[in-house]
Amino acid sequence: MAQDTGRPSGTHQDGNRLAGPLSEILRAEPTTAWWRCPDCGRSGPLAELHVYGPEPGLTARCPACSRVALRMVPEEGHLWLSLGGATGAFRFRTA
Amino acid sequence: MAAHWFGARLVERRAQTATGRTLVLDIPGWPGHLPGQHVDVRLTADDGYQAVRSYSLAAPTDGERVELGVQAVRDGEVSPYLADVLPTGARVELRGPLGQWFVWRTGQSGPVLLVAGGSGVVPVTAMLRAHRAARSDSAFSLLYSVRDPDEIWYREELAAPDDRLDVRVLYTRRAPRGEVRPPGRIAAADLGPAQAGPGTVYVCGPTGFVESVADLLVGLGRPAADIRTERFG
Repeated sequence: MAQDTGRPSGTHQDGNRLAGPLSEILRAEPTTAWWRCPDCGRSGPLAELHVYGPEPGLTARCPACSRVALRMVPEEGHLWLSLGGATGAFRFRTA
Repeated sequence: MAAHWFGARLVERRAQTATGRTLVLDIPGWPGHLPGQHVDVRLTADDGYQAVRSYSLAAPTDGERVELGVQAVRDGEVSPYLADVLPTGARVELRGPLGQWFVWRTGQSGPVLLVAGGSGVVPVTAMLRAHRAARSDSAFSLLYSVRDPDEIWYREELAAPDDRLDVRVLYTRRAPRGEVRPPGRIAAADLGPAQAGPGTVYVCGPTGFVESVADLLVGLGRPAADIRTERFG
């Protein structure tokens, strides 16, 4: 857990990286949450989704078929969260 | 998990490699953590600009004191500052403990294979330290891939004899004299003997390394459900 470029690196991290921002709005542990891809049927924990930047935007995708599972933008005092790659986002207050 | 930002103070910094550092921080009110978990560190500049980065915890819970592993990334925005500039005594904000997927629990039974690339050794070191402290009977093995002998973190600790921990270092570019295995990336032959049998495999390192190890393990017949991964990009 040490990516530190703050810009697109052409590679990805994984859902472990989302534990911090998601824990701002969830009471339950985020990284063990189970997810099933509606396109290819792959299932697994949120920790195994592939997560792409560039920060502050983070997009989590299915490791098998790249379908968007969620998008988020943490900003000071808020977290924007869009589930399933659809347009529109929830804005959660975090502070 | 209702994340919480804590105020933390840097109390000690130790060099592990030319660019790898151990940072020891005091965090009043720290609730403790599980081996393998990480924290988010937030730095705020004088003009209010903030940057957040994730770093793994390198040791099991020790009261309000935590140990982070920080690899300075060239041109990085945060890691070179944390690694070499932030003065001892300075304060940072820290959110955690984070992540309950990439963790080893003391009561967990069964053999464990740890596969680390570069500074990916940090969270698995928390696991093997916890394993040692708990005098756990589970067999632990560590396969540790590094570029050359100068890149080994926790060198003395990993070299110390321990009959319940099997450590094997794999060199990718330059091996020390006497090493039989020619330098090269981790391959099925490296994983073959170590991965036999049931139990959990934890793989942490750069993304390409993690993907390649996970593919090799699945190719060797290891069930994907036994493999837990953490990629740091």
